[in-house]
Amino acid sequence: MKLSKPIIAAGILAALASLPAAAFAERVKIGFVTTLTTPAGVIGEDMMNAVNLAVEHLGGRMAGLDVEVLFEDDNFKPEVGKQKTDKLVKRDDVDFVAGYIWSNVLLASSKTVLDAGKFLISSNAGPSQLAGKSCHRNFFSTSWQNDQAPEAMGEVLNQQGVKTLYIMVPNYAAGKNMASGVERTFQGEVVGKDLTKWGKDRQLDFSAELAKARASGAEGLFIFYPGSAGGAFIKQYQQAGLRDILPLYSVFTVDSISLPRFQEARMEGVLGSKSTMFWAPDLDYPANRRFVRDFKARHGTYPSFYAAQSYDTINLIDSALRATGGDLSDPDALRAAMRKADYESVRGPYRYGRNHLPIQNFYLREVVADADGDWTTSVAATVYEDHQDSYAGECNL
Amino acid sequence: MDWHLLISQLLNGLQLGLLLFLLAAGLSLIFGIMDFINLSHGSFYMVGALVGASVAALTGSLLIAALAAVVAVFVVGAAVEWLVVCRLYNKDHLDHVLVTYGLILVFDSVARMIWGPAGAAIALPEALNGRIEIGDFVIPAYRLLIIACGLLAAAGLYFLVTRSRLGMLIRAGASNRVMVTALGVNIDRLYRIVFAIGAALAGFAGILIAPLTEAHIGMGNEIIIIAFVVVIVGGIGSVKGAFYAALLIGFIDTLGRSYLDDVLKLFLSNQSAETAAPALSAMLVYILMAGVLVCKPQGLFSAAGFNRR
Repeated sequence: MKLSKPIIAAGILAALASLPAAAFAERVKIGFVTTLTTPAGVIGEDMMNAVNLAVEHLGGRMAGLDVEVLFEDDNFKPEVGKQKTDKLVKRDDVDFVAGYIWSNVLLASSKTVLDAGKFLISSNAGPSQLAGKSCHRNFFSTSWQNDQAPEAMGEVLNQQGVKTLYIMVPNYAAGKNMASGVERTFQGEVVGKDLTKWGKDRQLDFSAELAKARASGAEGLFIFYPGSAGGAFIKQYQQAGLRDILPLYSVFTVDSISLPRFQEARMEGVLGSKSTMFWAPDLDYPANRRFVRDFKARHGTYPSFYAAQSYDTINLIDSALRATGGDLSDPDALRAAMRKADYESVRGPYRYGRNHLPIQNFYLREVVADADGDWTTSVAATVYEDHQDSYAGECNL
Repeated sequence: MDWHLLISQLLNGLQLGLLLFLLAAGLSLIFGIMDFINLSHGSFYMVGALVGASVAALTGSLLIAALAAVVAVFVVGAAVEWLVVCRLYNKDHLDHVLVTYGLILVFDSVARMIWGPAGAAIALPEALNGRIEIGDFVIPAYRLLIIACGLLAAAGLYFLVTRSRLGMLIRAGASNRVMVTALGVNIDRLYRIVFAIGAALAGFAGILIAPLTEAHIGMGNEIIIIAFVVVIVGGIGSVKGAFYAALLIGFIDTLGRSYLDDVLKLFLSNQSAETAAPALSAMLVYILMAGVLVCKPQGLFSAAGFNRR
């Protein structure tokens, strides 16, 4: 076959054009799956901002490699999350897949990543399956197992002498984990439990459930409503006048995503309300001070715990690459480095259990107004020190 | 039996039913009279809530916010009819579905550009944030206001359709379009007004619910499916049917959420009742719809005289 001159010239041009790319192919690619549309998109935006800030703090490089982060939107749906994960693994050939707000999305997507021999890092979701029986050598988390914060809350309830409890959670994987977590440590009686509709046609009007909770005569109300559902819940809770007769104990509901909205709506009732968490904006570690200060300067609000976990995700990957000198070809070395959690986490030092979930402190956080009058959460007490999730024993790693 | 709880739950059911009615009334009119399937009806609900939230934040008045929301959505509805929908009346139902699904995406994206992904919250005045207590019986004041507004809107719509000249034209246009046109009535303008009224009702529902659930993108998509169930159960094109079906579904949904787990506990173990009740109560309204479709395929109150093209 004889090629015409223009085609040969074009071929040479193409080869030339691809040269610089080949010369600078030294880069690490990170896929980050989160929710950027739907009402839950506000969480994903917070995570994306934190990832970008972390990359910027690293100067855009990890152990000499350029960092490229590919964000994907899961649409708040497990099937879309899986599709996007497939794309990241198969077409983009990323080195790490991270992110995942929702337990059901993570569970639907994990197999794709792990079967391809890539690393999977959860920046939020902590379903019991991946912590226990389905744990995997290449799965890591910078967050927690779903049950842990509610377990800490059960402990708080015992300390405060609450004898009867009413539980309201959304009806999906994480909601059920939250309920079983608080039931595991709470020593009183659970007098009622509602699992409300969740997903595309989720329920945001809680009139019937709140009326039941009031009639149950419980001494406390435990809830888990992440994202914008939390705002709707707290408003209706306050309007129903339950604050004085049915104190609220929440996990993952009152955070810096919902607090500015509460303040805008002048809902003073949320001040002083308590939740349990592994991190707070005022935890006094150098990495945390820098993270919170720069995030606030850039975006005007406090970072949420979602943001803190996402920031740590990037730094965990960086720590692994620093340990291998930027060598991406040796998964065993990368894994061994990540297991050490040898980086400045915004939560302070922690270590990994055998299921690669953090063994870390849990704090009781209280909603307060800061020096500028902005509402935020502040550490009130330490509930657990070096707490490990209760599924780690089922993991055979 | 706890009577206070039962009365609370009946009022909660009434509130949900009336909100559904405001959405379904417009949907049913548009579906029944113009034979047009409008999937994007929920977007008017969202626009009402978001515009209302912004106006409330600017003026501090819920009343002005509600008026502004209704007027704004009326205008948006008329504009959408003029720009898009009026070209589709002679087309197939599948075209309606495709175009109005596209409209949902457009509305959601535009709302995201204007209001951001977080949406907007509405602060209630002190008086409405409280509760009304009669003896042991307590109900949030704002929920009573929703019930009152819903009943008023229903009465107004009843008057409009059955007693006014416009209503007469609407019913006539539905029965025989050609004859009404021959009598010199501008049927295009009539359709535009009906579409805009339907949109405005949805917008009104949006601003009513926003102080409870906040206004956010995609909120219409969360409720539009149930509104379609109301239309089907009530009978397509029948405002009266939409009213009774909406109340029926409001009560069934609320009472299902309140009492189903107790009922199931009578013959299941506690744990399986706890798991089965939420799944079953989410299905109840669809089971009702399936039952109605089997027994009365035209719906409970099918609109007699509406000619189907």
